[in-house]
Amino acid sequence: MIEGVGVTEFLVVSTIMFFIGIYGFVVRKNLITILMSVELILNSVNINFVAFNKYLYPDLLQGYMISLFVIGIAAAEAAVAIAIILNVYRNLQGIDIEHINTMKH
Amino acid sequence: MQIDFSYVIWIPAVLLVSFLVVGLFGDKLKPMLSGAIATLAILLGMVLSYTAAFQYFLSKGLVDGTYQTFIPQNWEWLTFYDTLVIKLGVMIDPISIMMLVVVTTISSMVHIYSFGYMKGEKGFERFYAYLSLFSFSMIGLVIATNIFQMYIFWELVGVSSFLLIGFYYTKPSAVAASKKAFIVTRFADFGFLVGILVLSYYTKTFDFQELMSPGNAAITNMTGISFMGMSVLSWALLLIFMGGAGKSAMFPLHIWLPDAMEGPTPVSALIHAATMVVAGVYLVARLFGLYVLHAPDALAIVAGVGAFTSLFAALIAVTQTDIKRVLAFSTMSQIGYMMLALGVSGYVGAEGLGFTASMFHLFTHAMFKALLFLGAGAVIHAVHSNEMGDMGGLRKYLPITHITFLIAALAISGIPPFAGFFSKDEILVAAYASNQLYFWTEWAVAGLTAFYMFRLYFNIFWGTDRDYEHKPHEAPFSMSFALIFLAIMTSIVGFIPFSQYVSPNLVPFTTHIHWNVAIPSIAIGVVGILVAAILYLKPKATADKIANAMPGLYKLSLRKFYIDEIYVWVTHSIIFNSIARPIAWFDKKVVDGSMDGMAWITNKVSDKTKGLQSGQLQQYAFVMIAGVVGLALFILYYLN
Repeated sequence: MIEGVGVTEFLVVSTIMFFIGIYGFVVRKNLITILMSVELILNSVNINFVAFNKYLYPDLLQGYMISLFVIGIAAAEAAVAIAIILNVYRNLQGIDIEHINTMKH
Repeated sequence: MQIDFSYVIWIPAVLLVSFLVVGLFGDKLKPMLSGAIATLAILLGMVLSYTAAFQYFLSKGLVDGTYQTFIPQNWEWLTFYDTLVIKLGVMIDPISIMMLVVVTTISSMVHIYSFGYMKGEKGFERFYAYLSLFSFSMIGLVIATNIFQMYIFWELVGVSSFLLIGFYYTKPSAVAASKKAFIVTRFADFGFLVGILVLSYYTKTFDFQELMSPGNAAITNMTGISFMGMSVLSWALLLIFMGGAGKSAMFPLHIWLPDAMEGPTPVSALIHAATMVVAGVYLVARLFGLYVLHAPDALAIVAGVGAFTSLFAALIAVTQTDIKRVLAFSTMSQIGYMMLALGVSGYVGAEGLGFTASMFHLFTHAMFKALLFLGAGAVIHAVHSNEMGDMGGLRKYLPITHITFLIAALAISGIPPFAGFFSKDEILVAAYASNQLYFWTEWAVAGLTAFYMFRLYFNIFWGTDRDYEHKPHEAPFSMSFALIFLAIMTSIVGFIPFSQYVSPNLVPFTTHIHWNVAIPSIAIGVVGILVAAILYLKPKATADKIANAMPGLYKLSLRKFYIDEIYVWVTHSIIFNSIARPIAWFDKKVVDGSMDGMAWITNKVSDKTKGLQSGQLQQYAFVMIAGVVGLALFILYYLN
């Protein structure tokens, strides 16, 4: 428990992170940046988990466990995503998301 | 001692083999050889039939004053379940033996005759294959042990008739005629089938003997169930009679028979004069015990239809100019006689005279009508035309045909001592005993018959010579042989004491000529002949004057009372326009339309919405997030 810091502050931080992530996801054109934005979203969620766990159920560990899972899955996802991005680059000579619409056809 | 009639099965068997051999290998054999195979098969059948007839009628059939029914074979053919078994077998009783004799005799003569008539025709072996098929089916029909076997062979004769009418399949009129015959008889057979099903539904059997056994409780039961004013049994028998009426060209299902004359003339003689068209009479005779004992109302309708048809057809025959069509209408008229005779018959003893007379007339009619057709065939062979107007004075060129044709014409006109006199006399006696109206109708028809037959005779063989392309020549020996044979038969079969052999309850009785009926009937026949002689013996305009004096009646008769037109009108205007067209409209617009509409809607919707799938990931994400935000705001502010 950190003195003078309530759960609201944590939530404000995580909400700001979340919307920064959303903004990046929607606006940025580079796939790598989009991936980074997704990581921001995931981590904002992690903050929520940890904060709620700390303030609401200090005796339990579920929130920590979930956030650990999320970190692990995010790592796996990043690996897969980067592999895809590499292949996209090879096939389409670029990673600008506006040009990646061949599945439409 | 048990008598063995098991050899009868060889008659149809040999014909079937002949059909298969000639039908399958006919094009590899010489035409004459194919013809010879088929002819030998039917001659063998004829010998066996005669043997069976002699054995049955003269020595073995009569036991204790009653003719026995033998069933040498009865195989289970289709077993659906225990109570529904269809059998095929051979049934020997007086009328089946008589029909065997008729069918094999006429068929043999037609086979022989066709050697001359069909010589050099394309499809000679095909013709003989069809003849074998027909004879096989017809024999299967007459020896049927149960009504379903009869129905199967009934359809087979229908098919062979179709094939033979359409024998000249390059001729559109022949094709149309064969289709017409098939469709009309098929329509009638639908009634036959429904009748069989109703009958067997109540009685649980197809077997003739079981159906006819006197103490059949199911039959008595059926007479007790009433449906629309008649017992169920009467309905069943009427529906069965509808099949018979279709095959036997009874009004109003007769329209196919005149057109069926498109077939080769020997076929008309065999199928459309002597054998197949009397199948309807045979059918009613076969079930006669049911009709007469349990459904007199149905039998009365049979009589009425028969009487009406005989008059109706005779009136048409008077004005027709195609010689085969005259004979076709005369056939209808004579079958009407047979139906009437069945209709007025009783069951026991001398009351069964109508039944006997009907079978007798069937027998004699087969002989003289086949002879008339074959004679007409010889005439057509000589002058290459069917039209009466193209003939005249042929007695000098065709002496044998002339004499035999004259014998047959006298026979059908009821002049003694030829066969037709005896059988027609019995029919008239039976009608006289039952209903005066029927008697006088048939008496008048006898006069009409004599008139139109002699109109035909004088027009062909007397009158003036026409400009023939080449001098008409007498038919070859094979044709003359058949003519002479049948002429002899026509002259002698009338003396067979038929009531000794054929009676409804299988007990023979004696009959004699009733002169009080015979003399008026001979008189009207002679009058008919004399009128025909006055009008047609010498070329005079009197006949045309009479026709011109009554243009309406003449036209009515010439156009066959417009029955064909009525059929066309009914089918086109009523059935097509009021039933078929609305159904077609419904099918096209509603059934197809709803399916097409679904496809159209899917197409349109996808057309409008395919822009949403841009492939732009960020657009998707934006929409999704906007949706989530919107949903969150909705939940937060609206639901709370």
